[in-house]
Amino acid sequence: MPFTLNVNGKTTTVDVPADMPLLWVIRDVLNLKGTKFGCGVGQCGACTVNVGGRAQRSCQTPVSAAKGPITTIEGLSADGTHPLQQAWMEIDVPQCGYCQAGQIMSANALLSSNPKPNDTEITNAMTGNICRCGTYLRIRQAIHRAAAIAGNRPTQTARVGAAE
Amino acid sequence: MTKNLSRRSFIRVSAIAGGGAVFALHLDPSELFAQGPPPGFTPPAFQALAFVTINPDNTFIITSKNPEIGQGVKNMLPQIIADELDVPWASCKIVQADVDQSKYGAQVAGGSTATPTNWDPCRQVGAAVRQMVLGAAAQKLGVPVAQLTTNGDGKVNGGGRSVTYGEVAADAVKQPVPMLSMVPLKKASEYKIIGKPLKGVDTAKVVKGEPIYSIDFTVPGMLWAVYQKAPVYGAKVETANLDLIKTLPGVKHAFIVAGASPQNLTGLAPGVAIVADTWYQANQARKQLKVTWASHPTSAQGSELFQTKADELGKGAPQTSLRKDGDVDKAFAAPGVKVVEAAYMYPFISHTPLEPQNCVAHWQGDKIEIWAPSQTPAAGLAIVANTLGIQQNQIKMHLMKVGGGFGRRLTNDYVAETAWIAKQIGVPVKLLWTREDDMGHDMYRPAGYHYLKGAVDQSGKMTAWKNHFVTFGVAPDPNAAPGPTPPGYAAAANIAGIQFPALFVENFDFGDSKMSLGIPTGALRAPGSHAFSYVFQSFIDELAEAAGKDPVQFRLDLLASQKYPAPERGGDGFDAKRMIEVVKLVAEKSNWSAPRPKGTAVGIGFQYSHRGYFAEVAEVTVSADKKIKVNKVWVAGDIGSEIINPLHAENLVQGGVIEGISHLMQEITFKDGAAVQSNFHQVPLLRLAQAPPVIEAHWVKSNNPPTGLGEPSLPPVLPAITNAIARASGTRVRSLPLSKHGFRWA
Repeated sequence: MPFTLNVNGKTTTVDVPADMPLLWVIRDVLNLKGTKFGCGVGQCGACTVNVGGRAQRSCQTPVSAAKGPITTIEGLSADGTHPLQQAWMEIDVPQCGYCQAGQIMSANALLSSNPKPNDTEITNAMTGNICRCGTYLRIRQAIHRAAAIAGNRPTQTARVGAAE
Repeated sequence: MTKNLSRRSFIRVSAIAGGGAVFALHLDPSELFAQGPPPGFTPPAFQALAFVTINPDNTFIITSKNPEIGQGVKNMLPQIIADELDVPWASCKIVQADVDQSKYGAQVAGGSTATPTNWDPCRQVGAAVRQMVLGAAAQKLGVPVAQLTTNGDGKVNGGGRSVTYGEVAADAVKQPVPMLSMVPLKKASEYKIIGKPLKGVDTAKVVKGEPIYSIDFTVPGMLWAVYQKAPVYGAKVETANLDLIKTLPGVKHAFIVAGASPQNLTGLAPGVAIVADTWYQANQARKQLKVTWASHPTSAQGSELFQTKADELGKGAPQTSLRKDGDVDKAFAAPGVKVVEAAYMYPFISHTPLEPQNCVAHWQGDKIEIWAPSQTPAAGLAIVANTLGIQQNQIKMHLMKVGGGFGRRLTNDYVAETAWIAKQIGVPVKLLWTREDDMGHDMYRPAGYHYLKGAVDQSGKMTAWKNHFVTFGVAPDPNAAPGPTPPGYAAAANIAGIQFPALFVENFDFGDSKMSLGIPTGALRAPGSHAFSYVFQSFIDELAEAAGKDPVQFRLDLLASQKYPAPERGGDGFDAKRMIEVVKLVAEKSNWSAPRPKGTAVGIGFQYSHRGYFAEVAEVTVSADKKIKVNKVWVAGDIGSEIINPLHAENLVQGGVIEGISHLMQEITFKDGAAVQSNFHQVPLLRLAQAPPVIEAHWVKSNNPPTGLGEPSLPPVLPAITNAIARASGTRVRSLPLSKHGFRWA
């Protein structure tokens, strides 16, 4: 059945079963491959997108339940200028990199509601995201750095969580 | 054009349109190492190495030949070439090689081998190409080569003028090729790219969500497959409700795969394939699949039975003696000695790379094209050829970026499955496993059981070490002809007799016994050593305690007292002096002797693993209700004279430590022949909340050729933590996971 979605600022209609997980709509219907499949049961966070500004496991979200504008990793910026993307590059967070889109989207939801999180707030927001390679210390560091980048450039602040 | 360098090494140079040039170096193994191969390393047979392309616009393409699995090899190998070529890193575009070992030589991600096998040849490749560029520049500038200089900006300077590499690349093709073993290499002080903290060549793509991983790859007209295998390894399909499955939305094909023989756990596994327009449809259809599986001889095996059997075997004499020195029984009976006995075990664990197994294949009449995220593409070619009954030259394989390896993709089972399905349907198809497929059908890190006895004398010196290791052998094949040879070790279930503290204890007795196993096993990052480190370095602490000695001092004393020379053959190249240095460094950095609050303690472990020397200290707090917090980990490592990319090296060290900590809480158990755990809710990988807030990496840059870093930072953290737990809480953890003893992460 048809569902109208707003993904990365674009409105699009997809004709898919109501219980089809948003993950597979995003990856295989909309062909946005940045959002990753890791466990299929909401345990690893690789599939995290923002729905209505909140971090959501797209593998556990039926397309019919996706209420609100959706932002995927591709929606942060196409040119890598989003503060989170900049911070992730500056600190060179990834090893294999497979989990990082999900990590960044969890961080994006955090910074949208809490522009200057402390270590505990970062831990609480990020603990649903597994990094099998173990880049956690750099992830934490990069979130602090992204907060600083966004804070130092007021025009960019709004871009944390933008496209929502 | 081919030019001879030596009897078997040569350089192949060709001009490209527009005035550039491509250089391919084909190397003889005898020229692989300027200073001789690292100890314990056997060079592979013929190697043909990296490409350099110089474009007319003075940009460069450097081909990275090995699979990139997160270990950073796509930076590391090209960095070495680019430095000796003496061109700007920013002008180099790094591309991934396809699978062609006749062109690139060994293409493998495993065993931390990329650095030691390529350090000399990659430098020689870069330096030889630079020499040829200098020769061409000399003619162009009318200045002798000896008066030419380069300083890393892509220009050759001489006689007050300069030309770019790109301007003379076409003429460089015509230059005599230097002898590789004679080509002058830079001094370490002259490196501009080696040793610099360079960012990952794919990082920018990762943070933008570009479709760079194997799972993202599609070809036009491609269908999607799921593959259902038996919970009991090797069991055949008796019946399946294929008629229903074929009526479900999107399903194009559904068929039974007979697979290899039931005892062959490394060939094509039997199962049912469902192929549909989308993966979602294939996987939805799978939910209605009903299969009856044939009975299988291993359907009774389970973890509890393994433990019972191991305990029985452990009481007796080992089936095989691996090494004996002195007389342990006499040493145990000597007056005044303290004797400690302990039984240790560690469970099976799963690799769980975050990207589930996947592969694309397209059968085209008499040939097949494959896109695979493999760590061992050569083995992939072999299993596909064997499974399909074709020649390897009928296979074209592309290497895809891998979302985590950890040893899981050393085996190509999912590649064989994809190839088989592709041949049945004749259109491009992508197989994608679920996490449950991955956790239920891993090549598991094998469990192990160690029955140890050690002695210390009144002076606090270790006088005897005895170990009966109970491990796994492959299940005997009932169809095989009877013979005198007992079954071999299950994959990654073997051990070397020389394992430390062999050679360092006067009385030493080490043997093993095998239980037959019908579960597929394989190498997991730092195979063997991560588990042995937990056991042996824990038991060393038990003996230190019996001796009344500080654990660091006890280790330094042990390392300083080598009793027997390393064997000429079968040694592992261990150099105690290098280990002493990292133990001393980590003790200093961690302020080892400083008092810690009650309930908090430090523990140490060291391990020689994959040619790397690592010692690690963990500071751990254990609460009264057994909650564990790892406050900090200090790492000291010696992987030779250069840390080729320190930015990624720090990342790898932190990742190795975090993976090692994660091992302490993980297990896969087996019941009725099948894995019990199916997903991350039952296998608690370490998360940010449990990661130590600080992991410091410190280096001893010893005067040795650089060696690899994918693996050796992992093992010592396991005993460092269990030793700290023992010192903080008084509880000695002799079996894993920690949760079996009521411990949880804080």
